[in-house]
Amino acid sequence: MTTVFAGTSKGLFVLRGDDEGGWSVEGPALQGQMVDAVAADERGGNTRLLAGAYAEQWGPSLLHSDDTGATWSEPEKGALRFPDDTDAALVRVWQILPGRDDEPGLVWAGVEPAALFRSDDRGETFELVRGLWDHPHRATWEPGGGGLGLHSIVRHPTDPARMWVAISTGGVYRTVDGGSTWEPANRGIRADFMPGPEPEYGQCVHKIDAHPDEPKVLFAQNHGGVYRSDDGGDRWHDIGPGLPSDFGFPMVVDPERAGTAMVIPLASDEYRCTAGGRCRVFRTRDRGATWEPLGEGLPQRNAHLTILRDGFSAGAGGLWFGTRTGEVFGSIDGGDHWFEVARHLPPVLCVRACG
Amino acid sequence: MTVRLASVLRDHAAGQASVAVELAGDDATVAAVLDALDVLNPGVGRRIRDERGVLRRHVNVFVGDEECRRRGGLDAPVKDGTELSVLAAVSGGSA
Repeated sequence: MTTVFAGTSKGLFVLRGDDEGGWSVEGPALQGQMVDAVAADERGGNTRLLAGAYAEQWGPSLLHSDDTGATWSEPEKGALRFPDDTDAALVRVWQILPGRDDEPGLVWAGVEPAALFRSDDRGETFELVRGLWDHPHRATWEPGGGGLGLHSIVRHPTDPARMWVAISTGGVYRTVDGGSTWEPANRGIRADFMPGPEPEYGQCVHKIDAHPDEPKVLFAQNHGGVYRSDDGGDRWHDIGPGLPSDFGFPMVVDPERAGTAMVIPLASDEYRCTAGGRCRVFRTRDRGATWEPLGEGLPQRNAHLTILRDGFSAGAGGLWFGTRTGEVFGSIDGGDHWFEVARHLPPVLCVRACG
Repeated sequence: MTVRLASVLRDHAAGQASVAVELAGDDATVAAVLDALDVLNPGVGRRIRDERGVLRRHVNVFVGDEECRRRGGLDAPVKDGTELSVLAAVSGGSA
């Protein structure tokens, strides 16, 4: 049975599919809190849910649940804190990513202010990755509209020393030594909001993703521009032609089909809603050479929707996305056909599935 | 010294509506009271101040009936016997 977790601006909803294609809505857990990040860690037999939550008055938390969201735990002092010498304080948790199957206990977290944390106890306590925090570029990273957050973490499928992250706005950074040192990897990605030629770093990359069978092939949805790199980020190539707009937030690589990636174009930076009142996912099956619109089952009239960077994901054999107007849609045939999972939820910030 | 807690914070204080804290001297500051509260109950303390010790923007700490920011913020003096109240600011809600 598939379970979809929808983090919203008012809590976490658990959406359960039944054998007849119906869906039930449970929750919200963490009621009243903005759930910006959620992950379902299915390693080791028992599923552990991890959530990054933010209470407007009382601040951020990173919690875990071993009973599908019924009860939540965190250390009294918080699971994730900036060390005293950093003079920084956690604002929000933007991303949570369990490690590989052969890294039991390892969980990564990307946060605001932009930083990477790692946990070796399945997300109960975290430590700052100093190599990135101490990078000389960090002082000049600027916050995007949502804040200065580290929102994308891409693991190498076999080499634990290699990893990519993306920051708004800082751009893509990569490590080849397990996080001790990091270098920017943004060549070819434009920054429309800055004068002059493309900078070494400072781009507002919205999301990056990669397929485990092709770890050198990265896809990126930028703040203007859709890109692919064939060499682990040495150089990026514009694959935006063929899309109705190269603005959007999510970038999802189909985990079951290497070379297949999907975006949900929004009309423009100024409008940030699906163009022409049509909600369509665009899919490439040839690494960005061509794109096809996928709208069957999605609203095609008067649908001015916004899908945020973590509002679209792949998991449990399906594709799932939620909107800022509270709908959740799914597909179990790679995007050819879509169905409604839920509606009338609070604004959806993130979606993950397991099962 | 008594610190009264907003209802949502009581879940982090074993259901208590207020917490009694002991201070060394007769006179203290809001920061000193919160430091003592943090030792007793860090789960409450980190929701009032972040890890730098900065009072969260939408949290109000009243000394008697006056919000501490009007009296010097965390350095505001607290006389022995004065009650502190920690409440959510009305500015903090989001639609």
